Amino acid sequence: MIFRENLKRAALVWTVVIGHSTTLMAEVFEIFPGEDAEEALQETMILASPGDEIVIAEGIYSIKNQLSLAVDDLTITGAGMDKTILNFASQIGGSEGFLVTGNGAILRDFAIENTKGDAIKSKGVDGIAFVRMRVEWTGGPDVNNGAYGFYPMSSRNVLLDGVVAIGASDAGIYVGQSTNIIARNSQAAFNVAGLEIENCHFADVYNNVLTDNTGGILVFDLPDIPQQGGHHVRVFNNRSFANNTTNFAPEGNIVGLVPSGTGVLIMANSDVEVFDNVIENNQTVGILFGSYIKETEDENYHKHPRRVHIHHNTFKQNGQHPDTGEFGSILNAALGRPIADIVWDGVLPLSDYILWGQTKEDAHSIHDNAHEDDNRAYANADFIGWFGWPFPHRVSRGLNEHSAFISPLPPVTVTIRGINVDDPKAWTP
Amino acid sequence: MTRWILAFFLLTGMARAEVNTEILLASKPPRTLAAFGFFEDPSALRPSKGVVGYDITAPLFSDFAEKDRFIYTPEVLDPDTDGILPFPVGSALVKTFRYGTRKVETRILIHKDTGLVGYPYLWNEDGTEAKLKLAGANLRLDTSFGMIEYRVPNFNQCGGCHTNAHGKITPIGPRPRHLAKKGQLEHLVQAGVITHVPDVIPTPDYRDNNLPLERRARSYLEANCAHCHAQGLPADTSGLYLNLEEDRPLHLGIHKKPVAAGRGSGGLLVDIDPGRPEKSILYFRMNSLDPGVMMPELGRSTLDQEGLDLIAAYIRSLDPKK
Repeated sequence: MIFRENLKRAALVWTVVIGHSTTLMAEVFEIFPGEDAEEALQETMILASPGDEIVIAEGIYSIKNQLSLAVDDLTITGAGMDKTILNFASQIGGSEGFLVTGNGAILRDFAIENTKGDAIKSKGVDGIAFVRMRVEWTGGPDVNNGAYGFYPMSSRNVLLDGVVAIGASDAGIYVGQSTNIIARNSQAAFNVAGLEIENCHFADVYNNVLTDNTGGILVFDLPDIPQQGGHHVRVFNNRSFANNTTNFAPEGNIVGLVPSGTGVLIMANSDVEVFDNVIENNQTVGILFGSYIKETEDENYHKHPRRVHIHHNTFKQNGQHPDTGEFGSILNAALGRPIADIVWDGVLPLSDYILWGQTKEDAHSIHDNAHEDDNRAYANADFIGWFGWPFPHRVSRGLNEHSAFISPLPPVTVTIRGINVDDPKAWTP
Repeated sequence: MTRWILAFFLLTGMARAEVNTEILLASKPPRTLAAFGFFEDPSALRPSKGVVGYDITAPLFSDFAEKDRFIYTPEVLDPDTDGILPFPVGSALVKTFRYGTRKVETRILIHKDTGLVGYPYLWNEDGTEAKLKLAGANLRLDTSFGMIEYRVPNFNQCGGCHTNAHGKITPIGPRPRHLAKKGQLEHLVQAGVITHVPDVIPTPDYRDNNLPLERRARSYLEANCAHCHAQGLPADTSGLYLNLEEDRPLHLGIHKKPVAAGRGSGGLLVDIDPGRPEKSILYFRMNSLDPGVMMPELGRSTLDQEGLDLIAAYIRSLDPKK
């Protein structure tokens, strides 16, 4: 026993020594503005070793080629999101400004502006932190802006903390086909979608401010792609208000369907808990949840949302002037004005719709929300009845159809370089 | 007399330079291409002993550049695989991009103990020396195809295409079926690259007008797109798979809606609208030079008009009702 104890202690000491020596050996490289800055930055990102840090000094850097980072555990630090600016206005190559394929990257305190395509993407990494960064298309909303601002894709352990995203023609903050995500303390404005969680498993979205987008927060699941079954998404303590910017997404994109004036939109996800948010002045609807609206032959795909739990949110002045586009017009025609604060499309598998009612284990729950005006709290838009002759169209407004008991979802844990990002002592980016 | 000595060395092969395996497997790359010893001469015209030239049936379009490809392998390879030839540790693929006699760059892919790694070497204008250029380069080249804004990819960008399902660097090819042309497999057996001639269905040469349109088009799409657009590869999140093995129409792009194309969609609704290339995102992105739209993302700054015509004809030939 004593021997074992000693061995354990020895192991502990050993770990500490290694940890220490790595820190000592880690190098810091500095990049300064100038003609060769782009090449210096790219070359440093190639030659650096895990644990190293690259500091980009204050200044505006004109970048012509896609930057890419493939080394693990690299930290890139600017002088502040308004001080160190990588400007891609004269970009000639690469479908995004910055591509990260190394694990454990920590990117902080710099900005990426005016990329031709997406701003910053990670693909297939375990561990990535975007901290106090800004991405922006400085000309304001424009169909020719890049699609995504922050764009972690097929990644695990994703943190977005204190970032700002402005002007994306799809989503300012977009997390796709990823697992274990925290998006917090961030702002998104003048994007089509402010913050979007698509085909993801386990995401916490909190303390964010979404305003002046077409839609504030989107939680989607789409068919025919590798990771499906989006589930376990908590959306809480956010402010999603006045997201009334005209939809400027290029046609053909799914986000192009989002009506201007949407606070929160949930499509085809399971286990989504939306609570303690303030949702106001979104001219079409506060929260809309429903099924995937296009046709698909994907047999592995579940097109209806399950266990959506909406509680303790505050609503004010939503749905007063619905968007006159396709989707907004349908809501307006089906429900009349003002559209309710919370709308369900009412779509179920046909057999359930006609005969059985919603499967019990899939049922939603809506309770304890504050509606601080005389707007209607809730509406079931009954889109099957609306579109599907020969059924009569029946709008219902009673919340008793969503009174399932659903337990609160547990918090999501994100671990980057072995550190839990919720541990304030260990995680100090 | 000297002539005799020369003849003696040529006959016995003793004079032939050899690949420097120590440098090949070192953790850091050498500063110059010559240090590897892949070639006998600094201009990289005569391959060294064990370095074997090869060609593939359906090449990727790279701004009209011609490519000289070489394999170096310390062991003879077993070609009886559906996949890429199983390159062992110590092997290398060498590819020089050139316009006529003007060599531009040589890319090296080496299988080291630690995995595969790729390095770009940039040639000087005289074509006498190629130096390591990790950050890549933007060149303006006056070629017989006009001025070309040529991009030498950086070290990381190798991994943009050369990545497998596990995020590790991997060769894109060749597969035995890519090599099946005009006695080449037999030659590779003689040269000690592969053990025997495997039984494969050759990948069609999309430039061969005698082949059916669909086979040519599918081969072109594989060569130019499937290094990313196939299951497990970098663009699999799109659900568009363009490798020859794919046979589901939706995943080949037919009536397929985009996932995250952004303005890459060009306002069009589906990847391939059968019968209508002008309504097909796939054609639209091939026909673009805008970095935020164009496909492939890397490796071209001009349009491949012949490829465009081929894909347009293919889309036009598809039945709109299916």
